Amino acid sequence: MKEAWLIANRELAAYLKSPLGYIVAAAVLFIDGLLFNAFALSADNALSTDVLRAFFYFSSGLVMIASVLLSMRSFAEERQSGTLILLFTAPIREWQIVLGKFIAAFLMLVFLVLLSVYLPLLVFVNGRVSVGQIFAGYLGLLALGACTTAMGVFSSALTRSQLLAAVLSGGIIATFLLTWKLADITSPPISDALGYLALFDKHFYPTFTKGLVSATDLFFFAALSFLFLMGTTKVLQARRWVG
Amino acid sequence: MPDSKAIIQAEGLSKYYGDRVALRNATFSIAQGECIGFLGRNGAGKSTLLKILATALLPSSGTVRIGAHDAVSDPDGARRLLGFLPEEPPLYLEMTVRAYLTFLAKLRGVPGDKVASRVADVVAKTSLKEVIDDAIGTLSLGFRKRVGIAQAIVHDPAVVIVDEPISGLDPVQIVEIRNLIRALRGVHTVLVSSHILSELSETCDRFLLVDRGNIVAQGTEAELTKGHTKLSYEIVVRGTAATLETALGQVSEVTSKTVRADGENVHARVELSVDVPEKLAGKIVGAGLALRKLAPVPTDLESVFLEITGNAIKAENLGSAA
Repeated sequence: MKEAWLIANRELAAYLKSPLGYIVAAAVLFIDGLLFNAFALSADNALSTDVLRAFFYFSSGLVMIASVLLSMRSFAEERQSGTLILLFTAPIREWQIVLGKFIAAFLMLVFLVLLSVYLPLLVFVNGRVSVGQIFAGYLGLLALGACTTAMGVFSSALTRSQLLAAVLSGGIIATFLLTWKLADITSPPISDALGYLALFDKHFYPTFTKGLVSATDLFFFAALSFLFLMGTTKVLQARRWVG
Repeated sequence: MPDSKAIIQAEGLSKYYGDRVALRNATFSIAQGECIGFLGRNGAGKSTLLKILATALLPSSGTVRIGAHDAVSDPDGARRLLGFLPEEPPLYLEMTVRAYLTFLAKLRGVPGDKVASRVADVVAKTSLKEVIDDAIGTLSLGFRKRVGIAQAIVHDPAVVIVDEPISGLDPVQIVEIRNLIRALRGVHTVLVSSHILSELSETCDRFLLVDRGNIVAQGTEAELTKGHTKLSYEIVVRGTAATLETALGQVSEVTSKTVRADGENVHARVELSVDVPEKLAGKIVGAGLALRKLAPVPTDLESVFLEITGNAIKAENLGSAA
């Protein structure tokens, strides 16, 4: 675990030294603020709870985009610059490398998500808000973000191009977002399975945005994250055969 | 039969990329403290072999032991004994030299209380003190190579593997890096590859000649040149090229000769079937030429390499023609 933290620390320092982290943070906060004022505070949302629900609705989209942008460099950049060999020849295992990369990208995402916490708190000025709904919403955003970050790290291990990694992870996330639509045109049990895999419509929107913390949904996000990180580990192990 | 003195023991190492053979059945052992040169042309398989030894690449077949550790089944044990510098130094350009070396020392298991002293030690050895707090991205190629060597030895490994250390460097940087690698001898077992033969013959104790994925010869320079020594002489006379050609033609032991005039001197190189320098001298002087130089030409590693690989190419061509 110590080695994973070492790698995560180095990655975090690299994020903070590169303009990417700041650009992503600035863009997300700007768009978050814009959407909050334009939609969440619109006349359609008369109740504070609706304002918050709308906020978490569009924040989830921004979290997914940010996770793609933050994770695309994880392995693609190391492969591009030839530094992956430093990690490959150190006395550590592939899963420790993957965990380190994931922790760094996820902590950046957590930092970025928490920067937006002032927006729901603004609702306190003119409305009555349940702190529980804010807590549940943010927990859901982070669980969803962890999952899409894992998908991004996985995509980054497949290519040496950061752009291609971003496109790949965007494709994977889009697939998991649209499975509910596929469920509509298929029959059980396939439709049940596809419906269950819907990241947003099944596991985020119906629960966390309403202030409900669902252990089942948390487990789903954790399991999917684990699967993608395990897949990344297998990709790295396979890379040892081809150099 | 494992060699108890060997720190590296490779047996039957092969590497295939699909149908393409990058390395075929390489077997050798390297004793602790040796400096080994891997010679071969670009694309001969040297880097593949070094990457396998550095545990960065898995072999398709065969075994390699680093110390008491199998590089495939116990890579972590092997990695603690290894330092590796690939042809392109693997550097995090945004990091300072100090942060980079500290990170790698910790990652490779140097105890926390010894990290600072290890970093200071390798910085002194590689003369990086003046740039220790500079971002690596701002350094020249020569400094970057030095940082690459520093990272390879920061955890004080028993074995240091350096792939094509002087490629892309200017003459001054080449001398600096050559001296650095020489300084590693005695402290570490050093494996260094190059396609520039003279570079290694000045640095290494023993050589492995690699050609198209095969280890075609291995041994010390004396051992390698022994079976390939030719009886060659360099001759310089004052006179005419025609007279010298005639004189050399009278020595039946001359198997080949090249003669060229250069101002008032005439230069020749001859190969003999039997070592008869006195007969050569007699015929030259007898022809009225002023003999200024008659010296044997030593067989160097480069000639041996060219002869071995040339023979291999000829044999392959004959095989495919048949």
